[in-house]
Amino acid sequence: MTPTSALGIIGRTALGRLAALGRISRFAASSFSHMVRPPFYPREFAVALLQVGWLSLPVVALTAIFTGGALALQIYAGGARFNAEAVVPQIVAIGMVRELGPVLVGLMIAARVTSSIAAEIATMKVTEQIDALVTLSTNPMKYLVAPRVLAALLTVPILVGVGDIIGILGGYVVATETLDFNAAAYLKNTVDFLETRDIVSSLVKGAAFGTIAAVMGCYYGMQSGRGAQGVGKATKGSVEAAAILLLAANFVLTGVFFSL
Amino acid sequence: MTHPMIEMRSIQKAFGSNEVLRDVDLAIDKGTSMVIIGGSGTGKSVMLKTILGLIPQDAGKIVVDGKDATAGDHDAFLARFGMLFQGGALFDSLPVWQNVAFRLLRGSLKRPRDEAREVAIEKLRRVGLKADVADRLPAELSGGMQKRVGLARAIAAEPEIIFFDEPTTGLDPIMAGVINDLIREIVVEMGATAMTITHDMTSVRAIADNVAMLHGGKIRWTGPVSTLDTSGDPYVEQFISGSAEGPIEAVR
Repeated sequence: MTPTSALGIIGRTALGRLAALGRISRFAASSFSHMVRPPFYPREFAVALLQVGWLSLPVVALTAIFTGGALALQIYAGGARFNAEAVVPQIVAIGMVRELGPVLVGLMIAARVTSSIAAEIATMKVTEQIDALVTLSTNPMKYLVAPRVLAALLTVPILVGVGDIIGILGGYVVATETLDFNAAAYLKNTVDFLETRDIVSSLVKGAAFGTIAAVMGCYYGMQSGRGAQGVGKATKGSVEAAAILLLAANFVLTGVFFSL
Repeated sequence: MTHPMIEMRSIQKAFGSNEVLRDVDLAIDKGTSMVIIGGSGTGKSVMLKTILGLIPQDAGKIVVDGKDATAGDHDAFLARFGMLFQGGALFDSLPVWQNVAFRLLRGSLKRPRDEAREVAIEKLRRVGLKADVADRLPAELSGGMQKRVGLARAIAAEPEIIFFDEPTTGLDPIMAGVINDLIREIVVEMGATAMTITHDMTSVRAIADNVAMLHGGKIRWTGPVSTLDTSGDPYVEQFISGSAEGPIEAVR
């Protein structure tokens, strides 16, 4: 392979990725515009709230509690190297609220919700249910996409908040039960150390990650190819894209909050 | 002066280098039943979907009831149509009655929920299904029952034009006969204009007033169903006889 042809491949790949990003941005903008223009579908929104929010709680809670517990153990062991075991409550709190809570909840939502949305919509496309919606004078962007994106935008910040609290609780249980921390002092240190902007950044990240997860699921579902292979590719592609975009957005948002 | 209910004028559609519709001209008179025949992959479904705007044509014009299909309110345009999809295309997450009454539960044709349910049950009865099917999910029904539910949904809002995409595919001969009879009865009873896509010749003879054959991206032959056997067109003759010998290549 010559250097010119290698550059050509890189260029074409980059242009292809940029074009895809453009299409996804247009799709996201269209889904937002459909959220605020009637007709609205309250039943579909309620179902999406249940699917994205309520039914994700067990997964989020389990992820957060184990992460919080493991984080407490790691910080205690690492801190012991320079006599800083006492910082466990503060670092667990800040680690969970600023970073691990939103990112892990976001990734769990990408695994659970993005894949399910993509597979469902892709199957609807393959079985002509999307065409049927159109012939029944129903816009699929309004009926399928807008309720799911709005539900994720609203519920994932709440899930992140719940994940943050449960993660801190996991650290608290490990610290007080196995590392001999005083329970009252642990809680006081946690509360005293956290600032409002830590919590705001966590919730803003939750809203961004929820939107990314739902938009990716809907986009890949609507773009699905034919047959079982098409559904499989759409599902896999949606989770990959959601996870990567979510981590990139986390980096950008962290930078933004650091600069404030 | 009367005009056709549906008119396709020089419709062209290509997917990449694959020219599916090359220059399709077709007219369907009001209240008649037109059946489009042709081999698999010849663009019959594409033709139907271009009329509904599900697939935009590259060139040509579609006129419905004397008006350009792309002009005016598209929802109002679609409200005139009912469609039975090949696989039924029932919404898995909704019970049968909500599938049938889908259009009556939302949008411009919205009615009170109880009234919509009554209409759905009446339409289910019309296609030979009992009221106890209403609360079941589509996945709990057999293929034939799903087709009937799809048919009930297509006629629920009493459309002026009904499209049937391969209505008997995947059904046993008895159930196919039942569906053919139902389609014929309903179209006559409602006075609707019907367009059906099929390669089931029994279906063609049961449903059609007129037949058109699509081949090579063009309408190869069209005429009343009574003249189908004496068309004199070698393509139509080969298609009817199901012979591998003739101008239509068996391997495509």
